Amino acid sequence: MSGYRLASGGRIDRDRRLEFTFNGRPMAGYAGDTLASALIANGVDIVARSFKYRRPRGIVAAGAEEPNAILQLGCGARTRPVQRATQTELHYGLSARTVNGWPSAETDLTAVLDRASRLLPAGFYYKTFKWPAAGWKHYEHVIRAGAGLGYAPDDADGDRYDRVNAHCDVLVVGAGPAGLSAALAAGHSGARVILADEGSEFGGSLLSAAEHIDGAPSTHWIARARAELAAMPEVTLLPRATVFGYYDHNFLTLVERLTDHLPATDAVGPRERLWRLRTKQVVIATGAIERPLVFGNNDRPGVMLASAVSSYVNRYGVAPGRRAVVFANNDNGYRSALDMQRAGIDVAGVVDVRADPSGAWHEAARAAGLRVFAGHVVPDARGRRRLASVRTARLSADAGRIEDEGPRLDCDLLAVSGGWSPVVHLQSQSGARPRFDTDRACFVPGDPVQAERSAGAARGTWDTAGCLLEGNEAGVAAASACGFEAPATALPSAAAADEQPLLPCWLVPGFKPVSRGPKQFVDYQNDTTAADLHLAIRENYTAIEHVKRYTALGFGTDQGKLGNINGMGIVAEKLGRPLAEVGTTTFRPAYTPVTFGAIAGRDVGALLDATRHTPMHAWHVARGAVFENVGQWKRARYYPRPGETMQQAVDRECLATHHAVGVLDYSTLGKIDIHGPDAVTLLERVYTNNWRKLAVGRCRYGLMLGEDGMVMDDGVTARLAEHHYLMTTTTGGAATVLAWLERWLQTEWTDLEVHLTSVTDHWATVSVAGPYSRDLVGEVCADVDLSAEAMPFMSIRECTAAGVAARVARVSFTGELSFEISVPAAHGRRLWEAVMAAGERYGATPYGTEAMHVLRAEKGFVIVGQDTDGSVTPDDLGMAGLVSAKKDFIGRRSLARPHLQRRDRRQLVGLLTDEPAAVLPEGAQLVDDPDGPLPLPMVGWVTSSYASARVGRSIALALVDGGRDRIGQRVFAPLADGRVLSARITDPVFLDAPGRPPHDRTDRTDRNAERSGHRPERPPAGAVDA
Amino acid sequence: MLQLECPWCGPRDEEEFTYGGEAHITRPPEPDAVSDAAWGDYLFFHTNTRGLQSEQWCHSHGCRRWFNVARDTVTYRIHRVYRMGEPRPGFDA
Repeated sequence: MSGYRLASGGRIDRDRRLEFTFNGRPMAGYAGDTLASALIANGVDIVARSFKYRRPRGIVAAGAEEPNAILQLGCGARTRPVQRATQTELHYGLSARTVNGWPSAETDLTAVLDRASRLLPAGFYYKTFKWPAAGWKHYEHVIRAGAGLGYAPDDADGDRYDRVNAHCDVLVVGAGPAGLSAALAAGHSGARVILADEGSEFGGSLLSAAEHIDGAPSTHWIARARAELAAMPEVTLLPRATVFGYYDHNFLTLVERLTDHLPATDAVGPRERLWRLRTKQVVIATGAIERPLVFGNNDRPGVMLASAVSSYVNRYGVAPGRRAVVFANNDNGYRSALDMQRAGIDVAGVVDVRADPSGAWHEAARAAGLRVFAGHVVPDARGRRRLASVRTARLSADAGRIEDEGPRLDCDLLAVSGGWSPVVHLQSQSGARPRFDTDRACFVPGDPVQAERSAGAARGTWDTAGCLLEGNEAGVAAASACGFEAPATALPSAAAADEQPLLPCWLVPGFKPVSRGPKQFVDYQNDTTAADLHLAIRENYTAIEHVKRYTALGFGTDQGKLGNINGMGIVAEKLGRPLAEVGTTTFRPAYTPVTFGAIAGRDVGALLDATRHTPMHAWHVARGAVFENVGQWKRARYYPRPGETMQQAVDRECLATHHAVGVLDYSTLGKIDIHGPDAVTLLERVYTNNWRKLAVGRCRYGLMLGEDGMVMDDGVTARLAEHHYLMTTTTGGAATVLAWLERWLQTEWTDLEVHLTSVTDHWATVSVAGPYSRDLVGEVCADVDLSAEAMPFMSIRECTAAGVAARVARVSFTGELSFEISVPAAHGRRLWEAVMAAGERYGATPYGTEAMHVLRAEKGFVIVGQDTDGSVTPDDLGMAGLVSAKKDFIGRRSLARPHLQRRDRRQLVGLLTDEPAAVLPEGAQLVDDPDGPLPLPMVGWVTSSYASARVGRSIALALVDGGRDRIGQRVFAPLADGRVLSARITDPVFLDAPGRPPHDRTDRTDRNAERSGHRPERPPAGAVDA
Repeated sequence: MLQLECPWCGPRDEEEFTYGGEAHITRPPEPDAVSDAAWGDYLFFHTNTRGLQSEQWCHSHGCRRWFNVARDTVTYRIHRVYRMGEPRPGFDA
């Protein structure tokens, strides 16, 4: 219990007390607090147990770089994991929980792992649990249960998330002194500017500093700048908006948090908004993150960044401890010490790594009566659940080792500063490589590869005057690059650079060797220590990217904000190479974690993908149809009557179609209108068969191949007029085929005069099949002679159907006598109802896609995409007769390649199970000898499989190696449930005599249906649809 | 996400376009005169340049026109956008 609320000060509203809970305990803070500052004010020391060793951890930072205070907020469907307490605005009713440690982070029984830590070096899990390989599945769930930074909501997310696409001239990232200055300059030029900052309030580092601008507290200037910007019509201000990704061609992504800072009752509207932003220029003013120092037990609760201490004192009016020591290698330590002293915190001393500190800050500290231990370090911190004291020691002249021990200082707070690291994450994401600046001992932005520039602390300029100046220059330059001229303005006056250089100190020398002494943490979130890095190097991981992966340095939500540069410094020192040469690991989006909700936006549930309905859809719904998805289409699969199973319904629909008449909604079939004098040339080139002799009013079936010779699509194309054709494609292939044809016409055959129009949605089609189809269609369609002589198989006529202009075609996919009537889509429902009404006395039965599949499979008709998979040639399907030898077409040359000519290719065959009632699962793999040695060689698979009422048993189509030469032989299908089904290979045609190529069959079966006299006098009673 | 300048519609986001691979590959006018190896090369082997490369793109969610883009595959810089039938630009231009 070390932290407490200061009696005065801070940008908090002490009149607005906010109650919240932490691990179920009621607490209170003030409006303006973050969860972190409120926890400190309530005396909370431990906010987490560490990832690997379960050590107690406290709050270290005050911003995005916080590695420990990663909490679970809220509960139920609205719970949020991986929330940094330092960036969580306190609101009334907030509930927060720690996420690791058992039973809780504050009392953790698994902390015994820390005692066993000698047994847990870097790479421990790799080395220990990977052998034997089969063992990992046993260890994994135990290890995983101990890890993690939170849990996902257990209910569907009920919140809404928005997405917006935006364009601007200048995006300014960060609203600290540099960012505000840049936005003002660019805004005054008239350019369209977006200023985004991850905080709730603009001002950045100024909010935490006791600084003056233009002679008044800097917050006055911030308020003026903000008001000025808000008045500019072309400027958009986005607080609570994190720019988390910088992608190609100046495309950036922002997430704006809209309601999470409000109590549940006030959280109205979308929760977050994702901005997808394309901008001409970017000004990166993202500031810098302070580095901790790496020394023994530097993770004890109470060790905190000096800048964070200042932030808690100045901005939030809380004291993070009662008695403090400062440990720094630069002047920021003095700044922090003076801030604490002013707030009434007892400062026991400032330990400065530099042997001979001087300059304004050092003198101010001396003048304030602070004890300075120059040339000293803190090699070790004591205390377990809270810092109790630090040991000090004097450094050798070369700063490489400890000479003798200094006084031990009692304290519950240690403010540390190892220098600053510019936030180069976005610039690095843009493709630039950060450059190491030896003088300032930090990585600064490298040469830009996109239209961006950095300003202020983000490029290593620490003083406020410098930030204001650089921001202004960057704003002017960015606006100018967009063609806007910024008027000259006087810059406000502010504190100029008065700091002495720091002394780099990547690893503080300890009393014992690194591997023997207390743990010196480099990456708090991943429990990576200096000893781990040294071990990785000893094991010859010398590239920084390898060291990262071996030790987990910079992994996780932290992405190395706090520890990476120290880690690289330690690696460089150990390797004896300059840090510039060792380089950084890659910074990747997202800068801080982004919710899946924000990324998904409104694309969830029913809005995830478009749904396409035919004009008759409502009729199918009213009839209780069960639907299936075919691409985006909802197609009626079958129409069960009360009490019917799917199989019973499909059997009934098949038999009704065969014995009387069946009606199918065929509107989803892809339709491409082809116009132009070269239309027939196009057909000749994309289909395998001949089209020149097709007469007006006639139709032809065509197979379309890819250039690799594999079947891509099929369908019937009708010639409507001299230069006018209507091509149909498979339902799922419509868009692909149109794109395919367009590509050839635009890139290769630019001389052809052809126009393509997708008319899939323009027409509604009703397919009428069965012995009574001609009678039924005759009642619906006027002005057309449907007789076999006037309208032979594969012909098309214009007519009037149900009172509107229509086309009727005599084509068949079921093998039954069959007509397809098409009307403009708006009349589809009317046509459907007219057909059903007229069909009542013929026993017309609506049938769905499942019955259609069964009927076509009985005849051995393939469905491209079901019985083919992109590796199947026409000959493999037994359709070589459809391939013209007299002309060139897409894919023909490939068919001549030796591999496509082999006799033992995988070919389409039928399968009849030895057990007639057994239906093979589609996709079942086929083998020759189910009892052979494993792994069994696979000789094919089942592509279509049904129980067929007409055949009176199960039937299946399959692709089998050399299948046509194996008719009569047996194959076996070992199933997942352990059963093995045996089946005989047959011709793929189950009705009608086999032995003819399938492309002949379409004609034959349709004619057979008429010739066979297969036509009952009256419809069978059972076939009449109720 | 790239931004491409459609020759007909102007600058648009990459997600409106379809990538078509290497440009200026002509289908052999007489496929039968081509050896199996040469045909296989036409079908399956593209240069996959590291650096400036001419490639086809289609504004599939816009005007549906195909066009050519000379793009650096390392930096993603768009060197030039030009219509079908126009010659490949000199890359040192």
